Amino acid sequence: MGNEKPKLKLAVYWGAACGGCCVSVLDVHEKLFDVVANADIVFWPIALDFKYKDVEAMPDQHIDVTLFNGAVRTSENEHMAKLLRQKSKILIAYGSCAHMGGIPGLANFTNKEDLFKRVYDESESTENPDKVRPTPEVQVKEGKLTLPKFYNDVMTLNQVVDVDYYLPGCPPQTERLVEVFMAVVTGAQLPPKGSVIGVFDRVQCDDCKRKKSDKKNITRFKRAWEVTDDGETCLNEQGILCMGPATRGGCGVRCVEGNAPCRGCYGPMEGIPDPGAKMMSAIASMLEGKEQDEIDKAIESVVDPAGTFYRFSLPGSILRRKI
Amino acid sequence: MQSTVNNNENWTPKIVAFFCNWCTYTASDLAGVSRLRYAPSTRVIRVMCSGRIDPEFVMEAFAKGADGILIGGCHPGDCHYAEGNYKCLRRFTLLQKYADQMGIDKERLRLEWISASEGKKLQEVVNDMTEQIRKLGPSKIKNVVETIER
Repeated sequence: MGNEKPKLKLAVYWGAACGGCCVSVLDVHEKLFDVVANADIVFWPIALDFKYKDVEAMPDQHIDVTLFNGAVRTSENEHMAKLLRQKSKILIAYGSCAHMGGIPGLANFTNKEDLFKRVYDESESTENPDKVRPTPEVQVKEGKLTLPKFYNDVMTLNQVVDVDYYLPGCPPQTERLVEVFMAVVTGAQLPPKGSVIGVFDRVQCDDCKRKKSDKKNITRFKRAWEVTDDGETCLNEQGILCMGPATRGGCGVRCVEGNAPCRGCYGPMEGIPDPGAKMMSAIASMLEGKEQDEIDKAIESVVDPAGTFYRFSLPGSILRRKI
Repeated sequence: MQSTVNNNENWTPKIVAFFCNWCTYTASDLAGVSRLRYAPSTRVIRVMCSGRIDPEFVMEAFAKGADGILIGGCHPGDCHYAEGNYKCLRRFTLLQKYADQMGIDKERLRLEWISASEGKKLQEVVNDMTEQIRKLGPSKIKNVVETIER
Protein backbone atom coordinates (compact mmCIF):
# COMPACT_ATOMS: atom_id res chain seq x y z
CA MET A 1 0.00 0.00 0.00
CA GLY A 2 2.62 2.47 1.12
CA ASN A 3 4.87 2.33 -1.93
CA GLU A 4 2.12 2.80 -4.50
CA LYS A 5 2.90 5.33 -7.18
CA PRO A 6 1.22 8.61 -6.26
CA LYS A 7 -1.92 9.13 -8.30
CA LEU A 8 -2.08 11.82 -10.93
CA LYS A 9 -4.14 14.85 -10.04
CA LEU A 10 -6.56 15.78 -12.78
CA ALA A 11 -8.78 18.84 -13.17
CA VAL A 12 -11.41 19.66 -15.76
CA TYR A 13 -12.80 23.15 -16.08
CA TRP A 14 -15.16 24.96 -18.43
CA GLY A 15 -15.01 28.51 -19.63
CA ALA A 16 -17.46 29.78 -22.24
CA ALA A 17 -18.57 26.33 -23.31
CA CYS A 18 -21.70 24.29 -23.92
CA GLY A 19 -20.75 21.45 -21.58
CA GLY A 20 -20.18 19.00 -24.42
CA CYS A 21 -16.46 18.76 -23.71
CA CYS A 22 -17.10 17.76 -20.11
CA VAL A 23 -19.57 15.16 -21.35
CA SER A 24 -16.96 13.87 -23.80
CA VAL A 25 -14.75 13.18 -20.79
CA LEU A 26 -17.59 11.09 -19.35
CA ASP A 27 -17.79 9.30 -22.70
CA VAL A 28 -14.74 7.28 -21.74
CA HIS A 29 -17.46 4.99 -20.31
CA GLU A 30 -16.01 2.00 -18.44
CA LYS A 31 -12.50 3.34 -19.07
CA LEU A 32 -13.39 5.87 -16.42
CA PHE A 33 -12.40 3.13 -13.96
CA ASP A 34 -8.90 3.08 -15.49
CA VAL A 35 -8.81 6.84 -15.23
CA VAL A 36 -9.90 6.83 -11.60
CA ALA A 37 -7.44 4.01 -10.84
CA ASN A 38 -4.63 6.21 -12.07
CA ALA A 39 -5.82 9.67 -11.20
CA ASP A 40 -7.62 11.65 -8.58
CA ILE A 41 -10.00 14.20 -9.97
CA VAL A 42 -9.40 17.27 -7.85
CA PHE A 43 -11.66 19.77 -9.61
CA TRP A 44 -14.50 19.27 -12.08
CA PRO A 45 -17.48 21.61 -11.66
CA ILE A 46 -19.87 19.66 -13.91
CA ALA A 47 -19.45 16.42 -11.98
CA LEU A 48 -18.00 17.01 -8.54
CA ASP A 49 -18.62 19.47 -5.77
CA PHE A 50 -15.38 21.38 -5.42
CA LYS A 51 -15.30 25.12 -4.93
CA TYR A 52 -13.05 27.75 -6.43
CA LYS A 53 -11.60 28.32 -2.97
CA ASP A 54 -10.45 24.68 -2.91
CA VAL A 55 -8.41 25.39 -6.01
CA GLU A 56 -7.11 28.64 -4.55
CA ALA A 57 -5.94 26.73 -1.46
CA MET A 58 -3.81 24.32 -3.54
CA PRO A 59 -0.07 24.89 -3.74
CA ASP A 60 1.25 26.00 -7.13
CA GLN A 61 1.67 23.22 -9.70
CA HIS A 62 -0.37 20.92 -7.49
CA ILE A 63 -2.52 19.63 -10.37
CA ASP A 64 -0.73 17.40 -12.88
CA VAL A 65 -3.07 17.88 -15.82
CA THR A 66 -5.87 20.40 -16.35
CA LEU A 67 -8.25 20.09 -19.26
CA PHE A 68 -9.59 23.59 -19.85
CA ASN A 69 -12.51 23.63 -22.23
CA GLY A 70 -14.41 26.64 -23.47
CA ALA A 71 -13.38 30.04 -24.71
CA VAL A 72 -12.60 33.03 -22.49
CA ARG A 73 -15.58 35.34 -22.52
CA THR A 74 -15.92 36.79 -19.01
CA SER A 75 -13.65 37.95 -16.21
CA GLU A 76 -14.51 34.74 -14.36
CA ASN A 77 -13.25 32.62 -17.26
CA GLU A 78 -10.06 34.66 -17.32
CA HIS A 79 -9.57 34.46 -13.57
CA MET A 80 -10.00 30.69 -13.58
CA ALA A 81 -7.71 30.27 -16.58
CA LYS A 82 -4.97 32.17 -14.75
CA LEU A 83 -5.60 30.35 -11.50
CA LEU A 84 -5.54 26.92 -13.11
CA ARG A 85 -2.42 27.84 -15.06
CA GLN A 86 -0.70 28.65 -11.79
CA LYS A 87 -1.88 25.46 -10.10
CA SER A 88 -1.20 23.05 -12.98
CA LYS A 89 1.90 21.39 -14.34
CA ILE A 90 0.27 20.73 -17.72
CA LEU A 91 -2.54 22.92 -19.03
CA ILE A 92 -4.37 21.51 -22.02
CA ALA A 93 -6.71 23.62 -24.15
CA TYR A 94 -9.39 20.98 -24.56
CA GLY A 95 -11.84 21.26 -27.40
CA SER A 96 -12.38 23.73 -30.23
CA CYS A 97 -13.43 26.65 -28.01
CA ALA A 98 -10.28 26.66 -25.89
CA HIS A 99 -8.19 25.90 -28.97
CA MET A 100 -9.43 28.54 -31.44
CA GLY A 101 -12.54 30.12 -29.96
CA GLY A 102 -15.18 27.67 -31.13
CA ILE A 103 -18.86 28.46 -31.48
CA PRO A 104 -18.87 31.13 -28.70
CA GLY A 105 -16.11 32.80 -30.70
CA LEU A 106 -18.62 33.61 -33.46
CA ALA A 107 -19.66 36.46 -31.16
CA ASN A 108 -16.56 38.22 -32.47
CA PHE A 109 -18.67 39.03 -35.53
CA THR A 110 -20.46 41.50 -33.28
CA ASN A 111 -19.64 43.31 -30.04
CA LYS A 112 -20.83 43.50 -26.48
CA GLU A 113 -23.11 46.50 -27.02
CA ASP A 114 -24.93 44.95 -29.98
CA LEU A 115 -25.28 41.63 -28.18
CA PHE A 116 -26.73 43.27 -25.09
CA LYS A 117 -29.06 45.41 -27.19
CA ARG A 118 -30.40 42.33 -28.94
CA VAL A 119 -30.72 40.19 -25.83
CA TYR A 120 -31.93 42.73 -23.27
CA ASP A 121 -33.85 45.21 -25.44
CA GLU A 122 -34.93 43.90 -28.79
CA SER A 123 -35.55 40.18 -28.64
CA GLU A 124 -39.18 39.23 -29.21
CA SER A 125 -39.54 37.52 -25.85
CA THR A 126 -37.99 40.34 -23.81
CA GLU A 127 -39.94 42.90 -21.88
CA ASN A 128 -37.54 45.33 -20.30
CA PRO A 129 -39.06 48.83 -20.16
CA ASP A 130 -36.44 50.09 -17.70
CA LYS A 131 -33.65 48.92 -20.02
CA VAL A 132 -31.97 46.99 -17.23
CA ARG A 133 -28.64 45.52 -18.24
CA PRO A 134 -26.46 43.16 -16.27
CA THR A 135 -23.64 45.04 -14.55
CA PRO A 136 -20.65 43.65 -12.68
CA GLU A 137 -21.89 45.18 -9.43
CA VAL A 138 -25.27 46.13 -8.04
CA GLN A 139 -26.19 47.45 -4.62
CA VAL A 140 -29.30 45.93 -3.02
CA LYS A 141 -30.47 46.47 0.53
CA GLU A 142 -28.95 43.18 1.66
CA GLY A 143 -25.56 44.19 0.30
CA LYS A 144 -23.54 44.23 -2.89
CA LEU A 145 -24.16 41.65 -5.61
CA THR A 146 -21.50 40.94 -8.19
CA LEU A 147 -21.37 39.28 -11.59
CA PRO A 148 -18.34 38.51 -13.74
CA LYS A 149 -17.59 41.17 -16.34
CA PHE A 150 -18.75 40.31 -19.83
CA TYR A 151 -15.93 41.06 -22.28
CA ASN A 152 -16.30 42.69 -25.66
CA ASP A 153 -14.05 40.12 -27.35
CA VAL A 154 -14.09 36.35 -27.07
CA MET A 155 -10.60 34.97 -26.57
CA THR A 156 -8.91 31.63 -27.06
CA LEU A 157 -7.20 30.15 -24.01
CA ASN A 158 -3.72 30.96 -25.31
CA GLN A 159 -4.64 34.62 -25.70
CA VAL A 160 -4.94 34.71 -21.91
CA VAL A 161 -2.44 32.21 -20.51
CA ASP A 162 0.45 30.03 -21.59
CA VAL A 163 -0.92 26.74 -22.92
CA ASP A 164 1.06 23.48 -23.00
CA TYR A 165 -1.02 21.43 -25.42
CA TYR A 166 -4.08 21.74 -27.60
CA LEU A 167 -6.56 18.94 -28.00
CA PRO A 168 -9.10 20.10 -30.59
CA GLY A 169 -12.54 18.86 -31.52
CA CYS A 170 -16.14 19.73 -30.85
CA PRO A 171 -15.96 17.76 -28.68
CA PRO A 172 -12.62 15.96 -28.90
CA GLN A 173 -12.92 12.33 -29.86
CA THR A 174 -12.87 10.41 -26.59
CA GLU A 175 -10.40 7.79 -27.87
CA ARG A 176 -7.89 10.60 -28.47
CA LEU A 177 -8.33 11.81 -24.91
CA VAL A 178 -7.74 8.31 -23.53
CA GLU A 179 -4.57 7.99 -25.64
CA VAL A 180 -3.29 11.30 -24.33
CA PHE A 181 -4.22 10.44 -20.77
CA MET A 182 -2.53 7.05 -20.94
CA ALA A 183 0.61 8.70 -22.35
CA VAL A 184 0.72 10.99 -19.32
CA VAL A 185 0.03 8.11 -16.90
CA THR A 186 2.70 5.82 -18.35
CA GLY A 187 5.20 8.66 -18.40
CA ALA A 188 5.70 8.34 -22.17
CA GLN A 189 7.75 10.98 -23.92
CA LEU A 190 5.41 13.95 -24.29
CA PRO A 191 5.44 16.02 -27.48
CA PRO A 192 7.11 19.46 -27.44
CA LYS A 193 5.21 22.19 -25.65
CA GLY A 194 2.68 23.98 -27.80
CA SER A 195 1.84 20.89 -29.86
CA VAL A 196 -1.62 20.01 -31.00
CA ILE A 197 -2.18 16.53 -29.64
CA GLY A 198 -4.76 13.84 -30.19
CA VAL A 199 -4.77 14.56 -33.94
CA PHE A 200 -3.35 13.04 -37.08
CA ASP A 201 -0.78 14.60 -39.40
CA ARG A 202 -3.13 14.46 -42.33
CA VAL A 203 -6.30 16.20 -43.44
CA GLN A 204 -9.78 14.78 -43.14
CA CYS A 205 -9.86 13.91 -46.85
CA ASP A 206 -7.01 11.43 -46.36
CA ASP A 207 -9.20 9.35 -44.06
CA CYS A 208 -12.45 9.94 -45.90
CA LYS A 209 -13.67 6.91 -47.82
CA ARG A 210 -15.74 8.80 -50.36
CA LYS A 211 -14.63 8.77 -54.00
CA LYS A 212 -12.70 11.83 -55.08
CA SER A 213 -11.60 12.93 -58.52
CA ASP A 214 -8.78 15.29 -59.42
CA LYS A 215 -10.98 17.82 -61.12
CA LYS A 216 -13.84 18.88 -58.92
CA ASN A 217 -15.50 21.24 -61.43
CA ILE A 218 -18.03 22.66 -59.02
CA THR A 219 -20.29 25.24 -60.62
CA ARG A 220 -22.14 26.22 -57.49
CA PHE A 221 -22.64 25.08 -53.92
CA LYS A 222 -26.00 23.83 -52.80
CA ARG A 223 -27.92 23.62 -49.58
CA ALA A 224 -28.10 20.11 -48.20
CA TRP A 225 -31.79 19.71 -49.06
CA GLU A 226 -31.13 20.40 -52.73
CA VAL A 227 -28.92 17.35 -53.12
CA THR A 228 -29.72 13.67 -53.00
CA ASP A 229 -26.49 12.30 -51.65
CA ASP A 230 -25.33 9.17 -53.50
CA GLY A 231 -23.49 8.10 -50.36
CA GLU A 232 -20.15 7.57 -52.06
CA THR A 233 -18.97 10.67 -53.97
CA CYS A 234 -17.00 13.46 -52.28
CA LEU A 235 -19.51 15.87 -50.75
CA ASN A 236 -17.75 18.90 -52.21
CA GLU A 237 -18.01 17.34 -55.67
CA GLN A 238 -21.73 16.95 -55.11
CA GLY A 239 -21.89 20.63 -54.23
CA ILE A 240 -22.19 20.33 -50.47
CA LEU A 241 -19.60 22.53 -48.82
CA CYS A 242 -17.37 20.29 -46.70
CA MET A 243 -14.48 21.67 -44.65
CA GLY A 244 -12.50 18.44 -44.98
CA PRO A 245 -9.76 19.84 -47.26
CA ALA A 246 -8.71 22.44 -44.66
CA THR A 247 -9.31 20.42 -41.50
CA ARG A 248 -6.97 18.22 -39.57
CA GLY A 249 -7.83 14.58 -39.10
CA GLY A 250 -8.32 13.00 -35.71
CA CYS A 251 -12.03 12.48 -35.32
CA GLY A 252 -12.25 9.58 -37.76
CA VAL A 253 -14.26 11.65 -40.29
CA ARG A 254 -17.30 11.11 -38.15
CA CYS A 255 -19.51 13.74 -39.72
CA VAL A 256 -18.91 12.55 -43.28
CA GLU A 257 -19.33 8.93 -42.17
CA GLY A 258 -22.73 10.09 -40.97
CA ASN A 259 -23.33 11.72 -44.38
CA ALA A 260 -22.96 15.26 -43.08
CA PRO A 261 -20.24 17.62 -44.28
CA CYS A 262 -17.20 18.31 -42.10
CA ARG A 263 -17.52 21.63 -40.28
CA GLY A 264 -13.89 22.02 -39.36
CA CYS A 265 -13.88 21.61 -35.58
CA TYR A 266 -10.47 19.93 -35.56
CA GLY A 267 -8.85 23.11 -36.82
CA PRO A 268 -6.08 23.61 -39.33
CA MET A 269 -3.06 21.48 -40.15
CA GLU A 270 0.28 21.99 -38.42
CA GLY A 271 1.82 25.34 -39.25
CA ILE A 272 -1.34 26.84 -40.74
CA PRO A 273 -2.38 29.95 -38.84
CA ASP A 274 -5.72 30.42 -40.52
CA PRO A 275 -8.02 27.55 -41.51
CA GLY A 276 -10.50 29.78 -43.31
CA ALA A 277 -7.86 31.20 -45.63
CA LYS A 278 -6.84 27.70 -46.63
CA MET A 279 -10.45 26.71 -47.22
CA MET A 280 -11.02 29.75 -49.42
CA SER A 281 -7.93 28.79 -51.35
CA ALA A 282 -9.11 25.21 -51.73
CA ILE A 283 -12.61 26.19 -52.82
CA ALA A 284 -11.31 28.52 -55.47
CA SER A 285 -9.30 25.66 -56.92
CA MET A 286 -12.32 23.37 -56.92
CA LEU A 287 -14.61 25.74 -58.78
CA GLU A 288 -14.81 25.84 -62.52
CA GLY A 289 -15.71 28.95 -64.43
CA LYS A 290 -13.37 31.55 -65.80
CA GLU A 291 -15.66 34.44 -66.54
CA GLN A 292 -16.40 36.93 -63.81
CA ASP A 293 -20.16 36.33 -63.96
CA GLU A 294 -19.76 32.54 -63.68
CA ILE A 295 -17.42 33.02 -60.76
CA ASP A 296 -19.74 35.53 -59.12
CA LYS A 297 -22.58 33.04 -59.36
CA ALA A 298 -20.45 30.30 -57.83
CA ILE A 299 -19.22 32.53 -54.99
CA GLU A 300 -22.75 33.80 -54.37
CA SER A 301 -23.68 30.20 -53.55
CA VAL A 302 -21.18 30.25 -50.69
CA VAL A 303 -23.77 31.92 -48.51
CA ASP A 304 -21.72 32.89 -45.46
CA PRO A 305 -17.99 32.45 -46.08
CA ALA A 306 -16.80 34.00 -42.82
CA GLY A 307 -19.26 32.07 -40.67
CA THR A 308 -18.73 28.81 -42.54
CA PHE A 309 -14.95 28.81 -42.76
CA TYR A 310 -14.40 30.19 -39.27
CA ARG A 311 -17.22 28.36 -37.54
CA PHE A 312 -14.83 27.10 -34.86
CA SER A 313 -11.88 29.42 -35.22
CA LEU A 314 -12.74 33.11 -35.50
CA PRO A 315 -10.91 34.39 -32.36
CA GLY A 316 -7.91 32.23 -33.22
CA SER A 317 -7.77 33.36 -36.87
CA ILE A 318 -5.47 36.05 -38.25
CA LEU A 319 -8.06 38.83 -38.20
CA ARG A 320 -9.55 37.59 -34.90
CA ARG A 321 -12.78 39.61 -35.03
CA LYS A 322 -14.93 41.84 -37.16
CA ILE A 323 -13.11 45.13 -37.69
CA MET B 1 4.80 55.86 -38.59
CA GLN B 2 1.09 55.15 -38.61
CA SER B 3 -0.71 58.44 -39.01
CA THR B 4 -4.04 58.90 -37.34
CA VAL B 5 -5.06 62.03 -39.20
CA ASN B 6 -7.82 61.40 -41.71
CA ASN B 7 -7.53 62.73 -45.25
CA ASN B 8 -4.04 63.89 -44.50
CA GLU B 9 -2.53 65.30 -47.69
CA ASN B 10 0.94 64.37 -46.53
CA TRP B 11 0.06 60.87 -45.46
CA THR B 12 1.00 58.13 -47.89
CA PRO B 13 -0.87 54.87 -47.51
CA LYS B 14 1.06 51.64 -47.28
CA ILE B 15 -0.07 49.34 -50.05
CA VAL B 16 1.26 45.82 -50.16
CA ALA B 17 1.35 44.80 -53.81
CA PHE B 18 1.57 41.17 -54.87
CA PHE B 19 2.67 41.19 -58.51
CA CYS B 20 3.07 38.17 -60.70
CA ASN B 21 6.52 37.66 -62.13
CA TRP B 22 5.47 37.42 -65.76
CA CYS B 23 3.13 40.36 -66.21
CA THR B 24 2.56 42.94 -63.52
CA TYR B 25 6.01 42.80 -61.98
CA THR B 26 7.49 43.25 -65.43
CA ALA B 27 5.07 46.12 -65.99
CA SER B 28 6.38 47.81 -62.87
CA ASP B 29 9.91 47.38 -64.24
CA LEU B 30 8.74 48.94 -67.46
CA ALA B 31 7.17 51.83 -65.57
CA GLY B 32 10.52 52.30 -63.86
CA VAL B 33 12.70 52.30 -66.96
CA SER B 34 10.14 54.52 -68.70
CA ARG B 35 10.53 56.97 -65.80
CA LEU B 36 6.81 57.09 -65.12
CA ARG B 37 6.16 58.83 -61.84
CA TYR B 38 3.66 57.31 -59.46
CA ALA B 39 2.84 57.44 -55.79
CA PRO B 40 5.51 55.88 -53.56
CA SER B 41 2.89 53.87 -51.71
CA THR B 42 3.44 50.30 -52.84
CA ARG B 43 5.65 47.65 -51.28
CA VAL B 44 5.94 45.17 -54.08
CA ILE B 45 6.21 41.45 -53.39
CA ARG B 46 7.00 39.40 -56.44
CA VAL B 47 5.27 36.05 -56.70
CA MET B 48 5.67 33.62 -59.56
CA CYS B 49 1.96 33.66 -60.37
CA SER B 50 -1.14 35.44 -59.07
CA GLY B 51 -2.44 31.91 -58.47
CA ARG B 52 0.19 31.61 -55.76
CA ILE B 53 -1.43 34.32 -53.64
CA ASP B 54 -3.02 32.63 -50.70
CA PRO B 55 -5.81 34.54 -48.92
CA GLU B 56 -3.62 34.10 -45.85
CA PHE B 57 -1.03 36.51 -47.34
CA VAL B 58 -3.70 39.16 -47.68
CA MET B 59 -4.97 38.73 -44.12
CA GLU B 60 -1.45 38.68 -42.73
CA ALA B 61 -0.61 41.90 -44.55
CA PHE B 62 -3.74 43.62 -43.25
CA ALA B 63 -3.07 42.35 -39.74
CA LYS B 64 0.46 43.76 -39.86
CA GLY B 65 -0.61 47.22 -40.87
CA ALA B 66 -1.17 47.41 -44.64
CA ASP B 67 -3.64 50.12 -45.61
CA GLY B 68 -4.43 48.36 -48.86
CA ILE B 69 -3.59 45.26 -50.87
CA LEU B 70 -3.11 45.33 -54.61
CA ILE B 71 -2.90 42.08 -56.53
CA GLY B 72 -1.59 42.18 -60.07
CA GLY B 73 -1.71 39.30 -62.53
CA CYS B 74 -1.74 38.49 -66.23
CA HIS B 75 -4.84 39.16 -68.32
CA PRO B 76 -7.28 36.23 -68.61
CA GLY B 77 -5.92 33.77 -71.17
CA ASP B 78 -2.35 35.05 -70.74
CA CYS B 79 -1.29 33.19 -67.60
CA HIS B 80 2.20 31.75 -67.91
CA TYR B 81 0.91 28.68 -66.09
CA ALA B 82 -2.33 28.52 -68.11
CA GLU B 83 -4.88 28.87 -65.29
CA GLY B 84 -3.25 30.54 -62.28
CA ASN B 85 -4.97 33.87 -62.80
CA TYR B 86 -8.39 32.23 -62.93
CA LYS B 87 -7.67 30.65 -59.58
CA CYS B 88 -6.61 34.06 -58.35
CA LEU B 89 -9.85 35.60 -59.59
CA ARG B 90 -11.95 32.98 -57.80
CA ARG B 91 -9.97 33.38 -54.60
CA PHE B 92 -10.16 37.11 -54.83
CA THR B 93 -13.93 37.10 -55.37
CA LEU B 94 -14.39 34.87 -52.34
CA LEU B 95 -11.94 36.92 -50.32
CA GLN B 96 -13.83 40.11 -51.18
CA LYS B 97 -17.01 38.60 -49.80
CA TYR B 98 -15.21 37.55 -46.64
CA ALA B 99 -13.53 40.95 -46.27
CA ASP B 100 -16.92 42.61 -46.57
CA GLN B 101 -18.30 40.41 -43.78
CA MET B 102 -15.29 41.27 -41.64
CA GLY B 103 -15.93 44.98 -42.06
CA ILE B 104 -12.96 45.77 -44.32
CA ASP B 105 -13.59 48.59 -46.80
CA LYS B 106 -13.75 47.11 -50.25
CA GLU B 107 -11.48 49.80 -51.71
CA ARG B 108 -8.62 48.42 -49.63
CA LEU B 109 -8.50 45.22 -51.66
CA ARG B 110 -8.01 45.40 -55.40
CA LEU B 111 -7.21 43.03 -58.25
CA GLU B 112 -5.96 44.26 -61.62
CA TRP B 113 -4.79 42.49 -64.73
CA ILE B 114 -1.72 44.37 -65.93
CA SER B 115 0.37 42.90 -68.74
CA ALA B 116 4.12 43.29 -69.12
CA SER B 117 3.64 46.08 -71.64
CA GLU B 118 1.22 48.11 -69.53
CA GLY B 119 3.60 50.25 -67.49
CA LYS B 120 1.22 53.15 -67.98
CA LYS B 121 -1.72 51.17 -66.57
CA LEU B 122 0.37 50.26 -63.54
CA GLN B 123 1.06 53.93 -62.93
CA GLU B 124 -2.63 54.80 -63.18
CA VAL B 125 -3.79 51.92 -60.98
CA VAL B 126 -1.30 52.69 -58.21
CA ASN B 127 -2.11 56.40 -58.28
CA ASP B 128 -5.84 55.77 -58.29
CA MET B 129 -5.72 53.26 -55.47
CA THR B 130 -3.44 55.49 -53.39
CA GLU B 131 -5.91 58.35 -53.79
CA GLN B 132 -8.89 56.17 -52.81
CA ILE B 133 -7.16 54.88 -49.71
CA ARG B 134 -5.97 58.34 -48.76
CA LYS B 135 -9.62 59.36 -48.70
CA LEU B 136 -10.44 56.40 -46.43
CA GLY B 137 -7.57 57.15 -44.08
CA PRO B 138 -5.28 54.71 -42.29
CA SER B 139 -6.51 51.17 -41.74
CA LYS B 140 -7.72 50.25 -38.26
CA ILE B 141 -7.22 46.54 -38.84
CA LYS B 142 -3.80 46.20 -37.19
CA ASN B 143 -4.98 48.01 -34.12
CA VAL B 144 -8.14 45.91 -33.81
CA VAL B 145 -6.23 42.66 -34.32
CA GLU B 146 -3.63 43.56 -31.71
CA THR B 147 -5.87 45.06 -29.05
CA ILE B 148 -8.16 42.67 -27.27
CA GLU B 149 -11.03 44.58 -25.66
CA ARG B 150 -12.02 43.27 -22.31
